Order: sequence, then C-alpha cells, then structure tokens
Amino acid sequence: MKRTLLTVAGLFCATAAFADGHAKTLTVYAPDYFGSEWGPGPSIEAAFEAQCDCDLVYETGNVLPRLLLEGQNTNADVVIGLNTDVTKQARESGLLASHSADLSALTLPIEWDDDMFVPFNYSHTAFIYDNTKLDGFDSFEALLDAPDDVRVVIQDPRTSISGLALVLWVNAVYGDEAEAAWARLAPKILTVTQGWSEAYGLFTDGEADVVLSFTTSPAYHIIAEEDLTKSAAIFEEGHYFFVELAAKVAGTDNPDLADQFMAFVLTPEFQSLIPTTNWSFPAALPQDQWPAGFQELPQPRTVLFYPEDAAAELRDEAIEAWRSALSQ
Amino acid sequence: MAQRAVAIVRFIPGFLTVALVLGLTLGTLVAVIVRAEGFGGLGPGEWSAIRFTLSQAVVSALVSVGFAIPVARALSRRDFWGRSFLITLMGAPFLLPVIVAILGLVAVFGRGGLLNAILASVGVEPASIYGFHGVVLAHVFFNLPLATRMILQGWLAIPAERFRLAASLNAPVGPLLEWPMLRRTVPGALLVIFLICLTSFAVALTLGGGPRATTVELSIYQAVLFDFDLGRAALLACVQFVFCALAAVLAYVASPPAGLGAGLDRVVTRWDGRWAGFDYLWIILAAAFLLIPLGMVLARGLQGLLLVDWPVLAAAWRSTWVALGSTALCVSMALALALWRSRWAQVIGVLPLATSSLVVGTGLFLILFPFVSPRQVALLVTLIINAALALPFAYRIILPAVRASLDDFGRLSAQLGLSGWARFRIVILPRIRRPLGFAAGVAAALSMGDLGVITLFAGEGQATLPLLMYRLMGAYQMDAAAGVGFILVTLSFALFWVFDRGGRVRADV
Repeated sequence: MKRTLLTVAGLFCATAAFADGHAKTLTVYAPDYFGSEWGPGPSIEAAFEAQCDCDLVYETGNVLPRLLLEGQNTNADVVIGLNTDVTKQARESGLLASHSADLSALTLPIEWDDDMFVPFNYSHTAFIYDNTKLDGFDSFEALLDAPDDVRVVIQDPRTSISGLALVLWVNAVYGDEAEAAWARLAPKILTVTQGWSEAYGLFTDGEADVVLSFTTSPAYHIIAEEDLTKSAAIFEEGHYFFVELAAKVAGTDNPDLADQFMAFVLTPEFQSLIPTTNWSFPAALPQDQWPAGFQELPQPRTVLFYPEDAAAELRDEAIEAWRSALSQ
Repeated sequence: MAQRAVAIVRFIPGFLTVALVLGLTLGTLVAVIVRAEGFGGLGPGEWSAIRFTLSQAVVSALVSVGFAIPVARALSRRDFWGRSFLITLMGAPFLLPVIVAILGLVAVFGRGGLLNAILASVGVEPASIYGFHGVVLAHVFFNLPLATRMILQGWLAIPAERFRLAASLNAPVGPLLEWPMLRRTVPGALLVIFLICLTSFAVALTLGGGPRATTVELSIYQAVLFDFDLGRAALLACVQFVFCALAAVLAYVASPPAGLGAGLDRVVTRWDGRWAGFDYLWIILAAAFLLIPLGMVLARGLQGLLLVDWPVLAAAWRSTWVALGSTALCVSMALALALWRSRWAQVIGVLPLATSSLVVGTGLFLILFPFVSPRQVALLVTLIINAALALPFAYRIILPAVRASLDDFGRLSAQLGLSGWARFRIVILPRIRRPLGFAAGVAAALSMGDLGVITLFAGEGQATLPLLMYRLMGAYQMDAAAGVGFILVTLSFALFWVFDRGGRVRADV
C-alpha cells in the first residue's frame, strides 16, 4: 500500500514538474492580504519576473502555521508577511535559513541586524478616529480618561496580530499597571473582534468612534478616497512598532532564486510598490521618496518595541491582563 | 443482527457516505492527534470558554426553537398573498456569511443602528447589543429560519384527513395532532441548533463584546493558528465531540417514533382558524426581525456594486460551481443516509456539526500534503467539506419525509414488487420532493456563503466569493467588500430559491 501511494505521489510530482516547463518556479508563501488582487502581490510578482526569468507563484494563507505543518517537506522557497510575534517560533523551527541581503539600505526607526528576517515594511499600532467628530487624543492617558461614551473597537490578541501588538503596547507603556490601564479602557470598549477587518468595518460603518489600526491607515483614505477625515491619534508615550518580514526557506530547491528575491525585497523597485498597495511605510526607502500622502503622515516621536525573546516572555502575561480586566 | 450487517455492506451509497463522513470528521481529528503526538492540557481560560460555549448554545437553541414554534404554526395555518415567497425569503439569514450577518445586525441593533434611532426619537435610553444577549440575538437571527422551516415541515406533514376528522369530531387539534408532531420535530431542531451554536466563534466574540464571550472554537483557532499547539486543539475538538454525542443521545431519547399514519396526500384545510390577528402578529415580527438586517446589508452593498470588477465575477462563477457540486454530493449522501434505516445513520448524520472546520481543514491538510499540492485540490476539497458540513441539515430535513413515505407506502410497494431504483423514483421521490428541494437549497447556499477551509488551501486564482470579500476588507476596500456581499447574498439566495422552488413545483404550498 505504501509503495503504491509513493508511486502515485511520484507520478504527481513528475507531472507537476513537467507541466511547469523549463522556467524555474519560486514559491512564496504569503498572507491573504498580501497575495490578493488588491494587495502588493501582483505588482511585485510582475516586477520580479521581469528580472529573474522565473515564475513567481504565491500560496496564500496563514504562513507560519502552514510552514510548520509542512515541516521539512514544504514547497515554499520564500515566506513573506511574518511579523515579530512569530519570529521566535519560526527561528526555532529550523525551517528557515539565514539571508545574504545587504541591510544597509534599511530606513527603519529602530536598529535591525537580524540574519534571518528581512523587513519589507513597517507601521505602528495606533487608534484611528474621525477628526470631524472627535478632537483626538495626544496620549494613552487621554484615551483612558476619555468619557465612556467614546466607543472603541479593538482586536482579540489571541486571534489577531494587531490585537497582540496592542497588548504588548499597553504593557510597554504601563508595565505592571497594565491590568489597571485595561480596566480604565474597558468601559469604552464597544467590542473585540476576531480580526482587523471586522473591527475596521465597524469603524467605517460608524458603529465605533475609535478603532485599533495603524499609523499608516489614514494614508489609504487620503490617497485612495481623498477623504481627510480619518486620523491616527499620536500618543506622547510612544507607539508599538509593527514590522513585516520575509525569510528564505532552508530546504528550498532554488536557493539562488530565493537569495535573488530576498535582495529584491530591499531594492527601491520593490519598496516603492509597498506604500500604496500594502498601506505601510517602506522599510528601505528614504522618506523624501515616499508617495505624497505618506510623507505628511504624523509619525510618533517614540517607537516602542520588544525584541522577540522579551515579547515571547511577556506575551501570556499581557494577554491574561487583558482578558481578566475585560472579563469583569 | 447478521442480516442488518449484510444490509449495510450491500447498500453501497450508504457505506460510501459513512466512510466519507467518518474520514472527514474523526479521521482528520486522528491525523491532528498523531501529528501532535498526544493531547495538550486545558488552562482556566479554556474551562471558562467551555462553560460559556455550552450556556450560550443551550439558551440560543431554546430561544430559537421557542420562537419558531408560534411562527411555524402561524405560517402553517394562514394563507396570504406572497406567503410562499416570504417563507423562502425568511430562510435567507441562515445562509449569510458570518461577517455580512454581523454588519447587518449591527446596522439594526447596534449603537448607531435603526433600533436605537427609533428609541432615541421617542426618548428612550439606547440599548446595547453587545453582551450575552447579543450572542443569543445573533444566533436566533441565524437559526430561527432553520428552526421555523424544520417545524413547519412537521406541520405540513400532518395528513389533511386528520384535520378534517378532528374538525368533524370537534376535537382539539393541539393535543391530538400538533403536540405529538412537535414532540417528534422539536428535539431534532433543538439538537441541530445547539450544535451550530456550539461551534460558533466570530459572531459570539464580536456581539458578545469581548473575552467573556470566548468559545471553544475560538480557543481551537488560537491553538492552531497562533500557538501552533495541535495537542490542545485536538483535545478541544474532542470536547466538542463529547458535547455533540451527549446532545445527540438526549435528542434521540426525547423524540418518539411517528404515529400519525398515512393520508391521501391531500391539501390541508384548517377549521381551527381563530386568533388570526395573533398569527399575523407572529409572522410580521419574525419577518421584520429577519428581513430588516438583510435589507440593510443589501442597501449597504448596492453602492459598492459599481466597484465590482472581473476577479469578483470569476470568483462568483467559481463559488457557484463549487456550490452546485457540493449540493449534488450533499443531497446524495443525505438520501443514502435517510434510506439506510439504522440508528447509526443518525449518528453519522449529526457528526459533521460537531467538528471544528479548522481541525477538519488542518487534518485534511496533514493527510493530503504528502501526496498532492494542497493548491491543486483546493476547490475540490472545499466542495467535499462543504457537502459534509451541510449534510446534517440536508439529512434532518429529508429524513422525516423519507421515513414517512417508507412507513406509509413501504408495504404497498412490497406488495407491488417495487424495489430499488423503481421504488425510489415512483414511491419515495414524489413524496420527498418538497424537503429534498429545501435541503438542496440549504446545501447550495451554505456552500456559497462558507469561508471554510479554502483559507488553508487556496492559491492564486482560486478565491471564492467569501474569501474575496475578506481580502477586499483586508485591503481597506470596505465599500467594494459590501458590493461583493451584495452579490454573495443574491447568488446564495438565488440558488436557494431555485432549488426550493424546484422542490415545490406542483406542491400546493
């Protein structure tokens, strides 16, 4: 039985290879929003294929769970769209290789010299509000002190990366007092959603006054909708840094092509495609080359960030502070 | 006993259905357990999730069925212009994708919704939808239509002669005809709705207002996709199976066999038609509760329709054929199970409801990955899983009619020497056409609206409509997403209507 299955599998692989013809295929695992028709995926694919004589194919979904499920047998050559919450787990899986890209072009607000993960864009967690209805908040304290009829919608840290970034943000600002801070915010929290999309939908539909999102979110409304009413509240305590990363898979069949892609990530060509497709700050492009709309976005003076070991250590405690304060 | 065993083996469609359902439900769970190398442990968070999950599922099922009984009764004995269209239309919320339903409910019951606008205009304090009652409200919104239809089928299955006899004897219809019918249909409806609510997740969290409304399914999601703790996911999936098993046993014990006997399949005429106003009140309330949020979704989507472009149409086409394939498979399996007259068929028939679709998807991924690229089989896998997930509904919907036709006409067909395909075509099919059409409609629309496992498998150019809607929302395009929502709701409903209508051709309802 086992032999039959192996033969069948072998045949399958053989046909697949045959069907692909001579051009090499670079398989990139990416989150749904990245690979979709409305994300950065298609334009990046076209730009890379123009220089690599290869076929770039996205497989979209939950990148790290899928990579871990597949283990050493994965088809991926490159993974893109990971964030710092999962880098520790990804690193320890032994499935990723170190990159050879030159990080000197990076323009991040923090130091970055990781040998495995290459950042391609960044933003900061921020609360977005409608500036025709609210005056905004200049600090986390101001938000916590806001009247209870200001309704805030956030994402669940157990199911959403932005929700997790928020609990780490609160932890970075309030430390041991995090649970008390959550208790002050709790009456204003309209609800908690599974993912970012539901929360943002509730905000744009007018159900919530304030939504947890990113400092770059207003850029979408400014550039794509010419709508200037959405603003990010910039807090004097600082904002949590949110960076998206790419990495090369250790077991790739196309190591050269994967290296070429990793280097491509930091080129101005790739970087200039990012702002208006992934609605984030490019990781390696000087500010004067950002599109209009991005250049004028207010940026936090202080950037808060936990390296992966510290974040992993704090994570359970931070989520529990959130859970127990909001379960009262 | 030996005879029964032989009968199972000989009935090939039944055997195949059992194999497929067991493989998809328990097989995928085993695959996850094997990969996890055992079970994980449960923390205090999980225990409170289990308590919340159970309590909201019990309350949601009781409230849904409690309201469904008067609504179904009213619909069964009133005839008015547009009645049959209203019955079909009221089935729509059950078919809505979760995210569409949430936004629709919030548009009516939310802080800035219609209800609060009306309350404010008469000077009443605004009401909040978020909390335990919000979870129940949303679950009733989803499940009232299903419960109403299941109970309505029961009412419509009472032979016209019984009502005629009761009227001529001046006997009370309630205790003699309606109560025994309810005792037969209500446990099944309660069971199905309890199980649907058991695996609810995004609705419960959003309308529950926060982490108090954490369900077991959310913990599974967290375990698989966030913590990659497959052992804990497997254990939680087992917990869901245990609840399913307990509920199924309870429902089985509580539901007595049918005893109304056969009629001449005549149109029902009712003579107990007092309290018409009361009946219409129920119908109007139910229709308003179900249709206003739906109308809000459509109105919101209308402006987004202009933003719809060709990838959406391609996805619509893809979703449609997946839904049609899934319907064919689902209805065949439901028929095979219904014709296989064994207690085990009932167990198989509810099993898919107890599964976590994430665990099924993950298990299937683990099973298939060594042999084929998941991307190549994404749509086929979606088709099969959607069919299996809709099977409990289709099975529950057609089972009473298949049983009744076998009970009532089985001896006659044996006498006439009818068996096999001929018996199915001549005796059974005409009698089950109405529920069969309804079952097919539900299967098609559920498949259409389900985001399901495609997220784990999809590659380029394989997105279905619900996935596309999520992608658009993920890219800030809320208006275009609402437009896709409009198309999704319309297509789901159109498929549902075609099948449901098809099943009712020449049926006098």
